[in-house]
Amino acid sequence: MANNIDEAPVKLTSKDFASGQDVRWCPGCGDYSILAQVQRSFPDIGIPKEKMVWVSGIGCSSRFPYYMNTYGFHTIHGRATAIATGVKVARPDLSVWVATGDGDLMSIGGNHFIHTCRKNVDLKILLFNNEIYGLTKGQYSPTSAKGLVTKTSPYGSVDYPFNPLSLALGAGATFVARTSDTDGKHMQEIIKRAAEHKGTAFVEILQNCVIFNDGVFDPITDKANKLDNMLMLKHGEPMLFGKDNKKGIKLDGFKPVVIDLNDSKNSINDVWVHDEKATGHARSFILAHLADDPTTPSPFGVIRQELKPTYDEGVERQIAHITEKKGAGNLEQLLFGGNTWEVN
Amino acid sequence: MAQETTRETLDLKEVTIRFAGDSGDGMQLTGSQFSDTTAIMGNDLGTLPDYPAEIRAPAGTLYGVSGFQIHFSSTDIHTPGDTPDVLVAMNPAALKKNISDLKRDGIIIVNTDSFDAKNLKLAGYAKNPLEDENALDGFKVFQVPITTLTSNALKDSGLSLKDINRSKNFFALGLMYWLYNRPLEPTLEWLISKFKSKPEILSANETVLKAGYFFGDTTEIFTNRYSVEPAKLKKGTYRNISGNEATAIGFVAASIKSGLPLFLGSYPITPATDILQFLASYKNFGVKTFQAEDEIAGITSAIGAAFAGSLAITTTSGPGVALKTEAIGLGVMTELPLVIVNVQRGGPSTGLPTKTEQADLLQAVYGRNGEAPIPVLAAATPSDCFYMAIEASRIAVKYMTPVMLLTDGYIGNGTEPWRVPHENEIADIPVKFRTEKEGFEPYSRDENLARPWVRPGTEGLEHRIGGLEKANITGNVNYDPSNHDLMVKLREQKIQNVKNDIPDLAVQGDAEGELLVLGWGGTYGAIKEAVDKATQKGYVVSQAHLKYLYPMPKNTKEVLSRFKKILVPEINLGQLAKLIRSEFLIEILQYNLVRGLPFRSSDIENQIVEILGGNNGK
Repeated sequence: MANNIDEAPVKLTSKDFASGQDVRWCPGCGDYSILAQVQRSFPDIGIPKEKMVWVSGIGCSSRFPYYMNTYGFHTIHGRATAIATGVKVARPDLSVWVATGDGDLMSIGGNHFIHTCRKNVDLKILLFNNEIYGLTKGQYSPTSAKGLVTKTSPYGSVDYPFNPLSLALGAGATFVARTSDTDGKHMQEIIKRAAEHKGTAFVEILQNCVIFNDGVFDPITDKANKLDNMLMLKHGEPMLFGKDNKKGIKLDGFKPVVIDLNDSKNSINDVWVHDEKATGHARSFILAHLADDPTTPSPFGVIRQELKPTYDEGVERQIAHITEKKGAGNLEQLLFGGNTWEVN
Repeated sequence: MAQETTRETLDLKEVTIRFAGDSGDGMQLTGSQFSDTTAIMGNDLGTLPDYPAEIRAPAGTLYGVSGFQIHFSSTDIHTPGDTPDVLVAMNPAALKKNISDLKRDGIIIVNTDSFDAKNLKLAGYAKNPLEDENALDGFKVFQVPITTLTSNALKDSGLSLKDINRSKNFFALGLMYWLYNRPLEPTLEWLISKFKSKPEILSANETVLKAGYFFGDTTEIFTNRYSVEPAKLKKGTYRNISGNEATAIGFVAASIKSGLPLFLGSYPITPATDILQFLASYKNFGVKTFQAEDEIAGITSAIGAAFAGSLAITTTSGPGVALKTEAIGLGVMTELPLVIVNVQRGGPSTGLPTKTEQADLLQAVYGRNGEAPIPVLAAATPSDCFYMAIEASRIAVKYMTPVMLLTDGYIGNGTEPWRVPHENEIADIPVKFRTEKEGFEPYSRDENLARPWVRPGTEGLEHRIGGLEKANITGNVNYDPSNHDLMVKLREQKIQNVKNDIPDLAVQGDAEGELLVLGWGGTYGAIKEAVDKATQKGYVVSQAHLKYLYPMPKNTKEVLSRFKKILVPEINLGQLAKLIRSEFLIEILQYNLVRGLPFRSSDIENQIVEILGGNNGK
């Protein structure tokens, strides 16, 4: 039973979560995979669909709520996390999910995103990161690689990109994870973990845009590269990758280095063991930045999970506390409060 | 000492006092204490806090002067007074900045200790006006060494010189209490509640307050004392209230009367912040206040809360409305109930944050992309904010629409005595959430054209809404040309239906005639007083005040057509005048003064006299 939803689990199927609206993404878009994995994961999560709200901003990803047979709100550009915060604070009994893209969340919605993380509002944020503006037909985004040639950067973008994991960690998100549209099973696991987390859960999903940025993640995720370039993190296990898991990440002070276990100099005991709940943030940041380190594989899985009271719980607790202390509010007393005098 | 018995007490009908000093001198506190005590005395009153945007502007400067004006009387009054009878000037800058407003023959009480070379220079006085026979000619000047007398009173207190200096406003307050025959008790009680945990500050302030009072009593400077009898107000229980506090309490009342939990999403902005602060303290009413990261999150969190089934509010001032504009459009498209409060201030841009203005009317009515009609309401006085907050909430939930409530810095911060209504005198706000599955369509409409409101969590009614154009009835995304035309017209008609649900425009004075003065918002008091005075002088003039600006009451055109001339005074360049002309093709005489201050009633009265005296119009 996830979160604070009190009802007995209702066993639904993935079809129960399909709204029946025609899905209008481009053929081959990574968003189809995300929609399918979400619809497949939700029956296991056990949240009744009427208790679920999907909120989105603007962009290709933000059409997502229309395709989910839950409560849904397709809002305005960048504001999904702020609107979702209002939903969650008003109604902590609901399970509130945000579907968003790299432009929506990290450019126009950057401020709302960091403050949502800071407050630890109990929202599940799925970032569909395709490193491009798709709906406006191909302009560079805040996660696009430097040098990317697009319609608004015909000579190559001079911007440095955000590292979404690092941004979320820095802003204080209590659950930070990463998955890919190419690995449905892994995505389902991560979505379930996010659903179970209490607090701001941030999931970056590498999502291929077949039209404007096709193949951008191939060097990491395609069949030929994934063994060497995807580091699948598992809590409590050594960070191994490569064919037959013969390569590992060793932490040399603050520097992550790749070691070859076929080399007799190295042993499994040298390999960094993943701890999602590591004390302090230093190791989590090192992991997050493996994503932009060309000498290391890219991290996937739960980077960090931390448990602390959520904002919405805090609001409820304070109201309960003050109500207990002062007694339930009485309008007549409020009206006649302060200094009053009688005129006869 | 024996002087007291021989001193004559003069009975006055009304008095206007302005307290002025450095922004760190505590003039706002002094003024509000004097107001509260005066309210308890049973006088009618109006106040005007007038302070700089800088929290502690450099001491002694002209731009650092903070003022608080109170007008109190034994009769019904409606303004903070045009020209003060008394100026309490704590330093040369306060004297210089305010003296031109003072009535001829008016009383000036100055703190002589502050008239040193440095302060005189800062105020731009080449010569000390207290030593210049001509400078203060025509005024009754009372020179009091307030700083020295405060220090003397506290010489054994053990307080630092800085703390002692900070108490001097209580000396001035005590002196004014003596001069105008006010009791010390309300302020003494306030001090106890405020400084419970700081007994040395409490005791110092008590000492200084009393020292000021006794100074008046023992000194031979003052030959008279004054008293103002209680006003003959309608029977009831009264409290002194500001517009911002009334707005906050109004929303709590609306929450209770609708049975909806109250959610406020807001970002601090002068002069609206008080509403957020008041509501944040009402936690035991279940009020949820979300201090957002910015103005946009303020309104969008509220839209989320409205979707989730709350009475959703966002409070701000003009620049904040500019930032919220896109989200208001989302509220229009998704047809969710929401109240946006704009406590208007001087603009454009950052403008005059602490000063009042009425220049956001066209922004409220038209300031959105697309055809995005919303009801626009405006409160007329500080206590009217209470009723209009409830009314805005009622219209929002009944018509499933964002509603803009306009107040302004003057009525938001200004206070007046309010005859407090009992809980049972406030009407319920009926709200019905849709729960039946049978035949549910998100964009079906009731007899008022409002769509159903469904609380998430209701089984079987899962649905999606959003900012894209909706198909009529189903609410599915739809780009069909004729559907868009239909929806644009339905949304407009829904708002026009509000007309059937609001009071007619009432006329005070003759129902027809030569001249009607038509106002809206916080100018009510100044217009009322101007019309009353002109009437007393024999002019025939009527008044009407619009509290519903969009849509306007059904009878508006008919009322206006009964008068030969219509004068619209506004603290803008003629925004209501524009609306009236475009809506009704009626000729309007404008009176516009945009000084960041409320109208003086005499300015409006002069306009009335000019129009009726044969000088036709402006």
